[in-house]
Amino acid sequence: MIDWFTIVEVSIATAAGVLALVLGLAGKAPGDLTMGAALLVELVLIAQLVIAIVSPFAGNQPTGNVVEFYIYVVAALIIPLLAGFWALVERDRWATVVLGIACLAVAVMMVRMNIIWHA
Amino acid sequence: MSAEPPANLPSQPAAQPRTPRISGRARGLGRVLVTVYAILAIGATSRAVYQIFTIFHSAPVPITLSALSGIVYIVATIALILPGAAWYRVAWVTISFELAGVLIVGTLSLLAPSIFAGGAAVSFGTVWSYYGLGYVLIPLALPVLGMLWLRRTRASASDLSADSEVSAGA
Repeated sequence: MIDWFTIVEVSIATAAGVLALVLGLAGKAPGDLTMGAALLVELVLIAQLVIAIVSPFAGNQPTGNVVEFYIYVVAALIIPLLAGFWALVERDRWATVVLGIACLAVAVMMVRMNIIWHA
Repeated sequence: MSAEPPANLPSQPAAQPRTPRISGRARGLGRVLVTVYAILAIGATSRAVYQIFTIFHSAPVPITLSALSGIVYIVATIALILPGAAWYRVAWVTISFELAGVLIVGTLSLLAPSIFAGGAAVSFGTVWSYYGLGYVLIPLALPVLGMLWLRRTRASASDLSADSEVSAGA
């Protein structure tokens, strides 16, 4: 994986997660800001997927287990989508907390992905 | 053949009262619990899928446990969401199973690491190895929180009718 991209994506996911968690615990229902942040995390994950597919052709071969890496990517891609739907079931403060937890979980998975790629 | 008058249409109330098909267990703070369960279900299941397709022959015990834990987390997540006394009982059973799983497998992984060939390696572990240390001990904390939550939502109006034998697994 590209190291600087890992730093960027983990930062975005962590920031989005903390933002939603704090706003949710403060009693805010999900709004454009928090839903947008979760959407941004999903877009970053798609970018990550594209980079992972393209990287080997650019001479950046994974040294770790490719299958495990892609399973992590797919699992991570599912999480913000599910959290988004789950948040929209009832737009209360807990919906915002749900988005925050999902983004933080994705952040952890991004770190793992990078470790797996370089393993 | 004459056109039939829409006899019963006008009298029909336009919208039936909104009764969401989710249980009282999956309300409020419970939705956060469901979220963590769902994430763990995805984690455990995807790990099992990876293991089954790559290294099943070399470590059948942990991989079978991984698959089992993944299925149990999925069922527990569903049981927390769906309403009804039956699902409430399923939630108790699956969450109790998780607690037993993380305690037994966690202890075994410390006492007899050879069963889990490869030790702490992600590839050969289960979510329950080392009490779920690889998942920041969430697999250990979650069943306890789940049980507390189930106890608290026992009297949830929408769930329990005349059925009171819900303490199974407590």
